[in-house]
Amino acid sequence: MATSSTHVPSAAAASGLRGAIAELWQDKAAAVGLVIILLLILMAVFAPLIAPYDPAAQAITARLKPPVWMARGTWDHLLGTDNLGRDVLSRIIWGARATLTIGAVTCLLAATLGTLVGLWAGFAGGRTDTLLMRIVDIQVSFPGIFLILLVVAMLGPGIWTLVAVLSMTNWMVYARLIRGIVSSTRQTPYVEAAELIGCKPGRVIFRHILPNLVSPLLTLAILEFTNIVLAEAAVSFLGFGVQPPATSWGLDVASGRDYLFIAWWLVTFPGLTIVATVLSINLFANWLRVTADPEERERRFARAEAAKRRRRTRGANA
Amino acid sequence: MLQFILRRLFQGVLVVFGVSATVFVVTRLAGDPVSLMLPLSATEAQRIAFAQQIGLDQPIAAQFMRFLGDIVTLDFGNSLWQRRPAIDVVFERLPNTMLLIAAGLGSAVILSIPLGAIAALRPGGLVDRLTMSIGLLGLAMPQFWIGLIAILIFAVQLKWLPTSGMGTVAHIVLPALTLSLTPLARFTMMVRAAMIDELNKQYVKTARAKGLGLPRILRVHTLRNILVPFLSISGWELISTLSGYTVVVETVFAWPGLGLTAVQAIQRGDLFLMQAIVFVIAILIVIIGIVLDILSKAVDPRIELN
Amino acid sequence: MNSFLLQINNLEVNFDTRAGTVQALRGVSLSIAPGETLAIVGESGSGKSVTAQAIMGLIDVPGRISGGDILWEGQPLTAAKVGARHILGKEVTMVFQNPMTSLNPLMTVGAQISEVIELHLGFSRQAARKRAVELLSLVGISGPERRLNQYPHELSGGMRQRVMIAMGIACEPKLLIADEPTTALDVTIQAQILELLAELRETIGLAIILITHDLGIVAGLCDRVAVMYAGQIVETGSVYDIFESPSHPYTQGLIRSTPQLDVKDERLVSISGTPPGLLDPPSGCAFLPRCPAGDGGCDKPQSLKAFGAGAVACCKAGIDAWKEAV
Repeated sequence: MATSSTHVPSAAAASGLRGAIAELWQDKAAAVGLVIILLLILMAVFAPLIAPYDPAAQAITARLKPPVWMARGTWDHLLGTDNLGRDVLSRIIWGARATLTIGAVTCLLAATLGTLVGLWAGFAGGRTDTLLMRIVDIQVSFPGIFLILLVVAMLGPGIWTLVAVLSMTNWMVYARLIRGIVSSTRQTPYVEAAELIGCKPGRVIFRHILPNLVSPLLTLAILEFTNIVLAEAAVSFLGFGVQPPATSWGLDVASGRDYLFIAWWLVTFPGLTIVATVLSINLFANWLRVTADPEERERRFARAEAAKRRRRTRGANA
Repeated sequence: MLQFILRRLFQGVLVVFGVSATVFVVTRLAGDPVSLMLPLSATEAQRIAFAQQIGLDQPIAAQFMRFLGDIVTLDFGNSLWQRRPAIDVVFERLPNTMLLIAAGLGSAVILSIPLGAIAALRPGGLVDRLTMSIGLLGLAMPQFWIGLIAILIFAVQLKWLPTSGMGTVAHIVLPALTLSLTPLARFTMMVRAAMIDELNKQYVKTARAKGLGLPRILRVHTLRNILVPFLSISGWELISTLSGYTVVVETVFAWPGLGLTAVQAIQRGDLFLMQAIVFVIAILIVIIGIVLDILSKAVDPRIELN
Repeated sequence: MNSFLLQINNLEVNFDTRAGTVQALRGVSLSIAPGETLAIVGESGSGKSVTAQAIMGLIDVPGRISGGDILWEGQPLTAAKVGARHILGKEVTMVFQNPMTSLNPLMTVGAQISEVIELHLGFSRQAARKRAVELLSLVGISGPERRLNQYPHELSGGMRQRVMIAMGIACEPKLLIADEPTTALDVTIQAQILELLAELRETIGLAIILITHDLGIVAGLCDRVAVMYAGQIVETGSVYDIFESPSHPYTQGLIRSTPQLDVKDERLVSISGTPPGLLDPPSGCAFLPRCPAGDGGCDKPQSLKAFGAGAVACCKAGIDAWKEAV
């Protein structure tokens, strides 16, 4: 699955994987983030093996059971059950599948489309460039969710409608990024030199320009992934995304909403899972961004040193 | 300046045309408006009559021309649900959305600048770590969830504020709070990052060498320099709030604005009302874009309007 | 002792990097008297700019002052102290290397000059603007009233450096530190700026620390020279002595690697090799690996000792190190 590529820190690979892990360990928040990301991926892949119950299995006798640590809670349902007696934990585990799949496929489609348009605009230049970027400008100004709702209303809700709509509304950032890098690298002396000595366009693209795209593209895709996760949750919450009996965290929050006053756990846990997912990815992406920027990396190191020294002098004074 | 505004208006026309084409393709070619808008019990005769009434029997090109004409005259037809012109419904609900956005985004703008600046003064310090944590959390929490948890805490447990609806000042607190958290997080982190960037620039060294204190350098020198990126990011946030976040927040709090109306329109198969909302929002986005560019030029004399 | 404006004793500045601690300044001592012009010369990375920034309190993370002290008229000068603010920017001012980035791009020239006058002299806005006009004409900018309302991007590089200098002398300081003030400018403009500095020195009795790697500038403008190498001062002396009879092998090499018009058939010296890394500097003479006169005896730490009329940090001070090389 495409999301597994999120744990390959391209910039750190240069100084060796072991060094990268050691450096990551310095930043506890990012390390925890990475662990949670890996756990989520495992959860999604092995959902049938891990989940204690079928996420759609209803049990009339075990309706609205609170989590295990509450007075009426039982060990049968760690995080309680919903109004139909479905196990909240199992639904969260299966929900990871929907969320991560939609996020990954959407990111992949949007990034591919955006990269192609960006490459085309950057290389063609001139009128083609202007035209393509004007299309990007126009589409960026589209009224986001309203348009998504309209499309979903016309085509009928479902996972694949959602993937298609989210891809069509999120490719523009990639196009802008790629086009920007391509048109600026094309003017750098080394690419001009390569063109001058007669490198074929294909060689110029693959040997000289694409390597410059990988790191920013990866960083952008990781950040966009969180946007997709949030957008999917929002649309599913509104009832226009993932449809029952399939599960999604956003959908679970929506169905728990009617029981907000008597069963707080129905809204709380799926929501917390979304928070944990997005937070972990952001923490890790933030670390990756700093690590990929040599200047920032030095500053981070120096700040840590300064903090250590402050602590030491404070300890000596005490 | 005038030339710039005219050019941007032309670009705005292109945007609206693009939206029209997309909406037309989605509603007339990909989907079937008749079965969406009429109840399942409608007879075949009713269906044909309705299709004729909205011009579906015409050739595609003629349909599209008529569609464009309707947009130019802001005539989106009658809302099926409200039984009056859709555009009237939009203009009735729009101020409510504007009020909510003003309260939510306004507080985010006002709070984020001092927070981000203080955090930037001491990267890695206590305030910095606190604001960064709040920022990261703010960006990670889906707004519908923030809203529900806020209701759970402030309305259900503490009984301080009403759960939903509109009327008193107390009614706007929770939805505005919910709406403001994500922009607040984004703004604060942006201000912090930009401030750190600016503080490393040579002109700040000059200012320090002049003997200026850090508070004055922040207030007079760097603030002006981050204002342009801040304007553009808050413009984007305004646009994404207008075209997205409000739908979720208004739904959670039953706030009678455009977002809630859109969801209700779709649930009732009210295609005309939905179209009216999409176009009014698109036009607003165009106007916001132009205003932003003019404001940026006013702040940074190096910006060329083109 | 108090006859000096500024005195630096054994100043040490370290930079914490991932690779280790870089010792940018390793015990720098120097002093400057009122009205004197001191040149600090050395190649990039020798610590000349760091010295200037340390004086102005501009050393930031990852750098830190780890030893020594800086005295202004006998009193410690610490940027953290509130009192220092009325010295920094008023009595001691600085002009930076790159005038393109040294001015705030979004403030008018007038606002940036008036600001420092309002702050240190307590002038009203009106009075400060009047003073700014005077300053601009003093530094040779034509149409100063019009320039006040312009932004830096509307001015040329030479103009901007003049604005920087106007800002630097706004409060009639006692000392102006000019950190490679002409490096980023065209040759013709360079001469004009140097001339301006020389003029100001006469008219307002300014002491100047001129930081440069260009020996040609030094000869025309300065009274005294301090030569820096690898974070230390290796030789100081009067301009005349340094040029006529340099004592440190490095100084000798520097001077003999600069072409001179009035000497015919002169062979230029080129100093081979590169300065040592300051991550782990040698305990002995830092110039040893590149020194033609060096031998086993140079392995011990070298400190600045009086030699002739100046001071040198070299156990072979005074010998003609490059005789063989030419």
